[in-house]
Amino acid sequence: MQTSEPEPGIGPAIEVRGLSYSFGARRALHGVSFEARAGELVAVIGPNGAGKTTLLSLLAGRRKPDVGTVRVRAGAVGWVPQELALYRRLTVAENLLLFARLEGLDDPRAAVADLLERAGLAERRNEPVATLSGGYRQRVNIAIGLLRKPAVLLLDEPSTGLDPRQRARLWEFVRDLAGGGTTVLFTTHHLGEAERYGERLLVLADGELVFNGSAAALHAEAGAPDGGDFEAAFVSFLRERGH
Amino acid sequence: MRWLLLKDLLILRRSPLVLALLVAYPLALGALIGFALSGDEGKPRVAFVNEVPSGQALELGGGEEFGADRARAELCARVECVDADSRGQAEEMVREGEVLGALILPRDLVARLRSLTGLDPEPARVEVLVNEDDPVKAQLVDDRIQALVGEANLALAQRISAQAGEYIELLIDGGTFEVPLVGTEVPILGLGRAARLLERVQQELPAQSPVRDSLERVIEFARMAGENIDFALPLLGAIAEPIAVEKVTVAGAGTALDAFAIAIAAAVTLMFVSVLLVAGSLALEREENTYARLARVVAPGALLAGKLALGLVASLGVTLLLLVALTPFVSVAWERLPLILAALAVGGVAVAAFGAAIGSLAREVRAASLLAFMSALPIAFLSLIPSGVVGPTLFDMARVVRALFPFDPALDAIAAALDPSGGGIAAPLAHLLALALAYSALARLALRRFA
Repeated sequence: MQTSEPEPGIGPAIEVRGLSYSFGARRALHGVSFEARAGELVAVIGPNGAGKTTLLSLLAGRRKPDVGTVRVRAGAVGWVPQELALYRRLTVAENLLLFARLEGLDDPRAAVADLLERAGLAERRNEPVATLSGGYRQRVNIAIGLLRKPAVLLLDEPSTGLDPRQRARLWEFVRDLAGGGTTVLFTTHHLGEAERYGERLLVLADGELVFNGSAAALHAEAGAPDGGDFEAAFVSFLRERGH
Repeated sequence: MRWLLLKDLLILRRSPLVLALLVAYPLALGALIGFALSGDEGKPRVAFVNEVPSGQALELGGGEEFGADRARAELCARVECVDADSRGQAEEMVREGEVLGALILPRDLVARLRSLTGLDPEPARVEVLVNEDDPVKAQLVDDRIQALVGEANLALAQRISAQAGEYIELLIDGGTFEVPLVGTEVPILGLGRAARLLERVQQELPAQSPVRDSLERVIEFARMAGENIDFALPLLGAIAEPIAVEKVTVAGAGTALDAFAIAIAAAVTLMFVSVLLVAGSLALEREENTYARLARVVAPGALLAGKLALGLVASLGVTLLLLVALTPFVSVAWERLPLILAALAVGGVAVAAFGAAIGSLAREVRAASLLAFMSALPIAFLSLIPSGVVGPTLFDMARVVRALFPFDPALDAIAAALDPSGGGIAAPLAHLLALALAYSALARLALRRFA
């Protein structure tokens, strides 16, 4: 097993070393290494097929890496899939309670009540998921990933399909989580979100980690002025490196 | 597994259309089959037209007659008779579907029957009208009326044969003969008495009489004829029924028709409900992207067990509802409830495993439902092909294919559970368990491969 749990309070919240994974003959990730501290918001960006979702799957333990290690500080890893993974005919509370029970939590009802409050879903607890707006559905989707109070939360393109107002509320919620000490790694195609909310950016291209630093550092690497067009700087950065 | 099952049942409860179908389907099917099995003992309606003039009948001897009334009585014992006044009315009834067919006794029927004993015999004919729009119905009425005519022919032949036998005995022993229609009694001497009479005449003749030898030859003929002509009696009986049928059951359990019909209804219900529900439910996990999330916290075996439990609960519920719906119409052997429950439960699990294998291959509910329907329907049809209808090679192939799917053993198990003469239940239950294991393994493999 590539994932281990070092002693609590020592080192980064998550530490990844030399992670590689292939789908048959196609290399999806190659030698990816990075780490993130507790409460850090890390954006994983890159072109389509760069390996972002594969990286999150490996970190979540859904796939076993061919090579490399993932070390997570004591605590669980919460994973929120790219698409909504909810039972539309069940209510918000029923969805949360089901997964709380399946996760084997000691007091599932108490955990759900707590999470409904923290996620701002208490008033919607008895509404079927099918009747919720996209923003609330995504909130429920993320809430399920938080059931075990994870040290690291993995969000795969969490803002896809949301309108600007819903996106703003979502990021407010995510920031609060990070403020509470949860390390959040998220993938996104919205480069503006990565620049705005990612304290650190990981840029993947063709399965390789080609950048690990702040948005300002990426501007500098691309030779673009800080505060300029981030998307242009990102494209220029990739082009210079042959991607 | 418990939480997964409760979740699936909750989702089912929140799907009013599916739930309504699961309740309405067995009730409607039960009522339909019940009416079909109990409606006038399942007799087809046949129109009867009598053109034979009133009072005409063929005397069969011994006070028996064969005429329109007897033909009608024989017919109505086998079918539900609907009297029609004319051929035209009967034809209209057949065309409109009011009756399955019509039997017309023509005006000359009795005259032609009488001619059979004369020197210029003309075979008697009856007319049958059928509506060929529906070949199955046409074949059914054909078969019923052919059987009826065959039985009438046999009865006539036996009666005529018996009458001929009485004539032969009269010829041997002598007596009186009542001339038909005329009513006059004619004394018949008989071969035995003729021989004895001639013997007395012979004794009274002079010893040298030239006719003595001739008389001796006549006496000898009368004696031999009297002693040997009764050999014709069993021969006449054999001619009346040259081939007698002796039915011996060498294979098959001899399940009662009602029980078999109920078993088919239950097996078809089991097949469609369980396969569609489980395949659809498993595909729904993929379609709603919940499978990946579940797979992080639940072992694939537990997920499959939850789906099999869903199939089991739905199968038991729906098929028991079907049997309850059938109870007012036909006799359901509720005293055999433990066996019925065992057959439905094991059958339900095997069918659910088959549905799980289908559901694990499909990524969408629509694809899973289509795949489930398209596989369940031909399997059910294949299992209902009787032996002898197709060639032996094709039938053997069909048997092999049927053994690979749970419909056939489920049908056998339910039939055995419903009817004590329906064969053993252990073998089909073992077959179902083996299939349940095999399809569960296949489903697990497919989930791992395609998740």
